[in-house]
Amino acid sequence: MSRQKTSNEAVLWMLFSAGGVIAAFLVPVHILLFGLAFPLGWLQAPSYEHLMQLVRMPVVRIYLFLLCSVPLFHWAHRFRYTLYDGLQVKHLNEVIFTLCYGGALLGTAVAGYLLWRIA
Amino acid sequence: MNSTAKPLAAYTEFHPRWYRPRVSVYWWLGEWRYLRFILRELSSVFVAAFVIVTLLGLRALRNGPEAYARFQHRLQTPTAIVLSTISFFFVLFHTITWFNLAPRAMAIRVGGKRLPDFVIAAPNYALWLLISVAVGWLVLR
Repeated sequence: MSRQKTSNEAVLWMLFSAGGVIAAFLVPVHILLFGLAFPLGWLQAPSYEHLMQLVRMPVVRIYLFLLCSVPLFHWAHRFRYTLYDGLQVKHLNEVIFTLCYGGALLGTAVAGYLLWRIA
Repeated sequence: MNSTAKPLAAYTEFHPRWYRPRVSVYWWLGEWRYLRFILRELSSVFVAAFVIVTLLGLRALRNGPEAYARFQHRLQTPTAIVLSTISFFFVLFHTITWFNLAPRAMAIRVGGKRLPDFVIAAPNYALWLLISVAVGWLVLR
């Protein structure tokens, strides 16, 4: 059991760290554009057709899949340990683990489904 | 047998008490660097929120131009703007703390001397700028 746990931990830590890199490089510009610059009219928002044209490209779909999926595993790792260390909810450890990584897997599935069916 | 062996410790009924000082649940509120640590960890919540909004946007795109227009309209509400602003600063905090960890994670030595931190961190910032411009250019083209 404990050996199983440690081997999982390595994979989960890799996903955490890959998600951290993706989030660090990509998420700020996405929020700046789609969350602030376009809604507030600082920049002319791209048309529906232009976005669809982009999303139809396989490279963009892979990009969006990685952008949505991997950072969720980053969140799962950090959020789990914030609850564990920060708020000291240690008795619910297994429930939190399941909810965090279950959420990340669900998000990955939704991203895969949407990007598969979007064209 | 060894006659100099010490006699076994006598059995006592009372177990010595562990020294385990209780830590308050709010231990991270007292000091700025602890609070900064928790805020850094909480930045991940805003990353997850970003993913959810992005997935909603993709669903709207899939459902057609009217659905996407409704999605855009919802992003213009004051609540959405406030949340986007807070998310932006948290994610910026994540980026900066993440890049500044890189020199600690890899101590590169050149000619027996450790490279200064900024030499390792700087390429990250340069790449970040480049990638951000590239994403902006692709979206706005």
